[in-house]
Amino acid sequence: MAAPLMLMRRSCRQVTLLVATSRYRSSIPVALPSLQARLLLFLSQHFHDIETLLNWSSWFKNRGLRQKNFFYGYTQQNYGDNVAAAYYILSLKGGFRFAGQSEWFRSDRRGKFNWDFMNHRDTSIEEVDVSNTLINYTGLENLVEQRGLRTLSVSGCAEVDDWFLSRLHIFQDTLEELDISNCPQISVGGLAALQKLRGLRRLDVSSLPRLQNPGLVAILLEEMLPHCRVTAVGYDHSLTYSPTQTDAQTRIDAQTQIKAQAEAGPQRLTREVERHNQSRAW
Amino acid sequence: MSMWKGLHMTARAAHGIHVSSRFIHKHTQLCTLWSRNINTGRPVQNEFFKDLENQFKAFREKAADAMPGSDWTPFEKNRSLPPERADIVIVGGGVVGWSIAYWLKQKEMIRDGVRVLVVEKDPTYSQASTVLSAGGIRQQFSLPENIHLSMASADFMRNINEHLSVLNEDPVDLQFNHSGYLFLASEKVAHIMEENYSTQRHAGAKVSLLSPTQLKEKFPWINTDGVVLASYGLENEGWFDPWMLLNAFRRKAISMGVYQCFGEVTGFRYTTNTMTTAEGDKVDFRRIKYANVQMPNSLEYQPVECAIVVNAAGAYSSKVAEMMGIGFGPKDTIAGIPLPVEPRKRFIYVVHCPNGPGLDTPFLVDYSGVYFRREGLGGNYIAGMSPEEEEEPETNNLEVDHEFFQEKIWPHLAHRVPAFECLKVTSAWAGFYDYNTFDQNGIVGMHPLVNNMFFATGFSGHGLQHSPAVGRAMAELILDGGFKTLDLSALSFKRIMTKEPMLERNIV
Repeated sequence: MAAPLMLMRRSCRQVTLLVATSRYRSSIPVALPSLQARLLLFLSQHFHDIETLLNWSSWFKNRGLRQKNFFYGYTQQNYGDNVAAAYYILSLKGGFRFAGQSEWFRSDRRGKFNWDFMNHRDTSIEEVDVSNTLINYTGLENLVEQRGLRTLSVSGCAEVDDWFLSRLHIFQDTLEELDISNCPQISVGGLAALQKLRGLRRLDVSSLPRLQNPGLVAILLEEMLPHCRVTAVGYDHSLTYSPTQTDAQTRIDAQTQIKAQAEAGPQRLTREVERHNQSRAW
Repeated sequence: MSMWKGLHMTARAAHGIHVSSRFIHKHTQLCTLWSRNINTGRPVQNEFFKDLENQFKAFREKAADAMPGSDWTPFEKNRSLPPERADIVIVGGGVVGWSIAYWLKQKEMIRDGVRVLVVEKDPTYSQASTVLSAGGIRQQFSLPENIHLSMASADFMRNINEHLSVLNEDPVDLQFNHSGYLFLASEKVAHIMEENYSTQRHAGAKVSLLSPTQLKEKFPWINTDGVVLASYGLENEGWFDPWMLLNAFRRKAISMGVYQCFGEVTGFRYTTNTMTTAEGDKVDFRRIKYANVQMPNSLEYQPVECAIVVNAAGAYSSKVAEMMGIGFGPKDTIAGIPLPVEPRKRFIYVVHCPNGPGLDTPFLVDYSGVYFRREGLGGNYIAGMSPEEEEEPETNNLEVDHEFFQEKIWPHLAHRVPAFECLKVTSAWAGFYDYNTFDQNGIVGMHPLVNNMFFATGFSGHGLQHSPAVGRAMAELILDGGFKTLDLSALSFKRIMTKEPMLERNIV
C-alpha cells in the first residue's frame, strides 16, 4: 500500500562527486538556475523514477524533431525528387519557388497548403525559404537532389548548426544567396565550411549569438569569398566598459582585450585554465 | 517538493496505522498497570514511527553491507583508493579509455550491471597524448576499417549532445571547425592517392580530387609547384578540441556511475593454466585475477579483483602488457610476441604569420610530411611533421627540439605557402604517439593467451578521431561477445601473430 508511493532512492555518492567537480570547473560566475530547474535536479538525483521520466521527455522531444525531418523516400520513389522536396518544405511550414515560375508556394500558419505543386514534377526548385522552422542536418537529405537551388534562407532556425552548413557543399556550384541570420547554434567553425560555396554572391550572417568576434569574422568571410557581399548587422561592436576604472585604464584594457581575443589561441587558454582548476580539485 | 513530502508523510502514517493500533492497546495496558501519565497524542506517535523508519533503514543498509560483494571494510581506508572489486578495469584515462567506460555503461542491460573502474596515472593530464594532440579528424585513410571508424566517430560528434549531455550541465561544445583536410601528392605518390580516393568513395566518405589549377583557384595562397593531385575532404573533416571531448566523456561516464581512480597499475596477479598442443608444446594460458593499483607518490597499493582488464594506456601500453608476461616466452611462439606499441615523440609548433591564409585554411598535409592548420582567428597556425625512421627523437622526456622546425619544417612550409616565409614561432609542445611499429594501425581485441585482457591501443596518431567508434566496438566485444555495428576483426591481435601487416599508407 505504501510501496507505489515510495520512490526508489539513489545513493548520493556520485552526486557529490559531480557537484564537487562542477564547482571547481566553472571559472566564470554563472547565474543560479531557476527554482524549477533546481527542483528537477534534486529530484532526479535522489529518485531513479524521476531520472527515467526526464530521459523519456528528452527522448520524446528528439523524436518530435526527427519526425519533422523524415526522409520522404516513398514520395520520392512514386512522385519524383522535386515533389518530395516540395512536400517536405511545405510540411515544415516553409515556402519555395520553382525554377521558371514567379509564384511562391507557401503553407499557412495552420499547416494547410495548395496541392498544385504536384503538377510540376519535372521542374526543380530554385528558391527555398525555411526560416523559423525545424530544419536540421538530416532534413537536408530531402533537398540533396535539387541541383538548381539558387537561394536558401534558414534565418532563425534553432536546429541549424555547423554540421548543416558543412553539408551545404552539395549546392556548391549553384547557390547564390544564403541567409543564416539569427541561428543560435552557428559558430565560426561552421562559417569556415562556407568556403566551398564558390558561387555565393550574397551572404547574411547577422545576429549570430555564438559569434564572439563578429567584426573580424565578417572581414575574414569577405576575404574568403571575394565575389560575395556579406551582411553582418545586429552586432554590438562597442568596447566593453568597466565603471570602476579610469578612462586611461579602460583604453588600455580595451586594447589588450581586443588583442587577446584576436591573437591568443582561445582554445589553449581555456584548456590551461581548466587543467589548472582540475589539478587543484584533486 | 512539499507535495511529495506531504504524500510521503501520509504514506508513512498510513503504513504505521496497523502498528499504531496494536501499540495503543499495549500502552493502555501499561497505563492501567503502572498508572503513569503517558501522553498518547499524535506528535509523540509520529516521532516514534519516524525513528522506527530510520531504524529499519539503518538495518537494511547494514544487512546490504554484510552481504558479500559490498564495499564495507572494518578498517578505515584511504578515500582515494579504488574499490576492492570491480568488474572491468580500464587501464588508462585518455579519450579511448573514457570512451570505452561510457559505452560500457551505455550498453549495460540493467542498472549497475557492470562496475567499471578507470585508472589514470596522471591527474593533471600534462603528458597525456589526448590533450597534446592537434585534434584533427579525417576520413582520408587507405584502410576501409579506418574510414568507417572515422565516419562513425563524426556521426557521434554531430549528435554529441544526444549522447553525452548531463542534466543541468552546459551542453557539450567541441568547437569543431569544418574546414576539411587537404592532402597534396607529388608525381610519385599520385597513383596511391587515386587508389585511396576510390576506396574512400566506396566506403561512403565525401572526398573530392583536385587538379593543380582547381587547387589554385580554391586556395590562391598555395604554391602548386610539384603538386600533381590533391584530395580535399568535403564533409565530416576538420579539427576540434580534444580536452572538451575527453571531459564530456568523463563527465557523462561519472554521472552514470563509473569509478575513477588516480593511480598506476604496477602489476597483475594471475593464474596460469598450462595446456599442451597436438605437437607436444606447452602453452600457458593466463587469467588476470587482481590488478595492483599503486597510489601516486606512495607505496600504498590496492589489489583490485577484476574480471576483465582493458589496456587503453596509449604510449605506455607495452609496459602494461609486459606486466602480464606478454612477449617473454620462447622466441618463435605466440607467447614470445610482444605488444608492438611504443611511444614516439612528435612536436607541434604554434606559429604566428600576419599575412597567412585566412578562414578557408584546411588542415593541409604536404607530400613531404609537413602539416599545418589554422588556430583561432588571429593569424596563428599549428605546424608539425613526422620525422624519418632514423631521426626519431628520444622519448624519455617531452622537451621540444626547435632546430627541427628551423631545418626540417620551415623550408617545406615556406615553399608550399609563400606567405609563411615571414613567420614567428610563438610556442611549441611535444606529445607521444602510441606508435604501432608493426603496421601503424590500432590493435582492438582480446589477447589470445591472456583471455581477459583486451587491447584498444596502438593507433599511431589517429586514436582521438576514432575514439567514440572504438569505445562502442570494445563495449560490444565485451558485453555482446562480438562486434555488432562495425566489424573490426581485421584490427585484432591475430594479424600480429600471423605477421600479416595491414599497412595504413596515409599516416601523418
